[in-house]
Amino acid sequence: MMDKPWSNRAWFFVIPVLVVVLFSSLLPMMTVVNYSVQDTMGQNHFFWNGAAWFQNLLDPTTDIGGRFASALVRNLIFSFVVLMIELPLGIAVAICIPRHGWKVGATLVLIALPLLIPWTVVGTIWEIFARQDIGLLGAALNGIGVHYNDTQDPTSAWATIVMMDVWHWTGMIALLSYAGLKAIPDAFYQAARIDGASRWSVFRNIELPKLQKVLVIAVLLRFMESFMIYTEPSVVTGGGPGEATSFLSLDLVKIALGQVDLGNAAAMSIVYYLITLTICWIFFTIMTQLDQRKGA
Amino acid sequence: MSLQLNSVGLKYGADVIIDDVSLTFDRGTMNVLLGPTLAGKTTLMRLMAGLDRPTTGEITVDGKSVVGVPVRKRSVAMVYQQFVNYPSLTAFENIASPLRVAGLGKSEIDSRVSEASRVLRLDPYLQRLPAQLSGGQQQRTAIARALVKRADLVLLDEPLANLDYKLREELREELPRLFAATGTILVYATTEPAEALLLGGTTATLWQGRVTQIGPTPAVYRRPANIFAARVFSDPPLNEMTVTRTGGEATLPDGRRVGADHLLPGLPDGRYQIGFRVEHARLAAPSGNASAFQGKVAVTEISGSESFVHVDLGFATWVSLVLGVHDWEPGLLAEISIDPGRVFVFDEAGALVRAPDNLAARAMSEMV
Repeated sequence: MMDKPWSNRAWFFVIPVLVVVLFSSLLPMMTVVNYSVQDTMGQNHFFWNGAAWFQNLLDPTTDIGGRFASALVRNLIFSFVVLMIELPLGIAVAICIPRHGWKVGATLVLIALPLLIPWTVVGTIWEIFARQDIGLLGAALNGIGVHYNDTQDPTSAWATIVMMDVWHWTGMIALLSYAGLKAIPDAFYQAARIDGASRWSVFRNIELPKLQKVLVIAVLLRFMESFMIYTEPSVVTGGGPGEATSFLSLDLVKIALGQVDLGNAAAMSIVYYLITLTICWIFFTIMTQLDQRKGA
Repeated sequence: MSLQLNSVGLKYGADVIIDDVSLTFDRGTMNVLLGPTLAGKTTLMRLMAGLDRPTTGEITVDGKSVVGVPVRKRSVAMVYQQFVNYPSLTAFENIASPLRVAGLGKSEIDSRVSEASRVLRLDPYLQRLPAQLSGGQQQRTAIARALVKRADLVLLDEPLANLDYKLREELREELPRLFAATGTILVYATTEPAEALLLGGTTATLWQGRVTQIGPTPAVYRRPANIFAARVFSDPPLNEMTVTRTGGEATLPDGRRVGADHLLPGLPDGRYQIGFRVEHARLAAPSGNASAFQGKVAVTEISGSESFVHVDLGFATWVSLVLGVHDWEPGLLAEISIDPGRVFVFDEAGALVRAPDNLAARAMSEMV
């Protein structure tokens, strides 16, 4: 013990990482924290404002609090709806992907295609797709007599955003699930065939339990991503019509950059961040505990 | 019930997986498929189960062709090398699953499952999920599932390969007994000669998709019909050398010429392959014995109370079994002598032309 060599050289290897983390996340984050507890009268003169911004924000009767609460509800509904569609759909698609031959590559590329498109481009594609004058979807729907107008009708706007997200991200769940399905040894399917088990029973008793771990990751990724959605709706609807598709991130940008209301925006950023973190933690805890209870 | 494979073949494109296999299995028999990995054991079982269709040949049950009859309409059960159970069902439900599909009544299911779980000592674990069971318990659950089904054909595909030593010994003893009581056709695939000998019954040796020999297990071991069967049925590998006979002389692989009647008595001129198992390669320190083979020790494996000494002879590496734990350091000079009365002689194509006399006679009498 006494002769244990003591060397500080390890720090040389750690320092670059610490510096990068400092500049990439810690410092920007601290600026936000800084703004969230101060107010300004202009001329770059700041003074202490305590927790006032936060009290405002978390009180739904105030103007900013009301905006925040309704945007939060919209976010939760949106995440819930897209997960409910994308998860079963992704699994279903994964089951239908061929397992052998040249079709595998072709199918996987097709499925991955939306994932490779830059998000603003996805937004633009859908914005044009949904237009009722020249858009394939918008014009076709109106042509067959369905009232559809994503710039004026909130239901149309929501439908467009949800469809766009499903189109954009179901592929990811399908790819993850496909990888999970491929990992199931053939012997399980054989055993089920020999038992005379039905297709549903194979899915329920073999595929779904074996996919559980992959699906935990898929749900987490999709939740985080959908809860922070910004780019696509900002291009397609810009948060409208009215406030109908104004999600937290869109509202945040409006407050911070549109109104240059730094205190409110900073407080909102922090609360938004903490909510995302908490929900992910809850998801993760529940799912890993389910798993542990089974494995114990 | 009797299951027959008549000149069964299977091809994937140009690859021949199973080549002209003819086998007959009768009710209540123990049948071993012995062969190295990729010899076609699993494929053959898939064909028997009806999971795959043969490209050529016929598979019949009691004389009637079953080619094209779907698996679910057949009376088959199978146990795999991997522990295959439904992950979301308890051990009880796993064992009961084929009976539920068959639509049996609750009391019948309960009694069959409890009987199977009793003989496989699974009673305390019936309410657990597979992930909560040890490897041995998982495999016993899979075996119980095959047992309760009371299938006419039970296929065991290296069922003990992933289990630890102690469990393997236990289950290997129990398995044939468990299924013998049901009067089923039991087919057991293994890569291990020792396992085949312990199981007894009938053995078919497989090599590159072909059956190289069929017969009572000890007889196949004692008198392999060809060098392929001998190789498959030897672990550690068969020691081999090629010897050419010209007139009264035989040329050994190391270039020496010896009297031919010593090694190849009464055989015509030609090239022969000589094979013998490790217990018939006598290892000694170099003594200048003119008929022995000189070499250097390459590796010594100590296995329990035996040592396997690998000796590099230049033309081949032979393995010798020495009883006891011996310290043959790699690099030591050694010589291996063989008893010509103990070797198998195969012709150039690999067919057996001469077996150790006394053993051959005994094996023949057993085969009758």
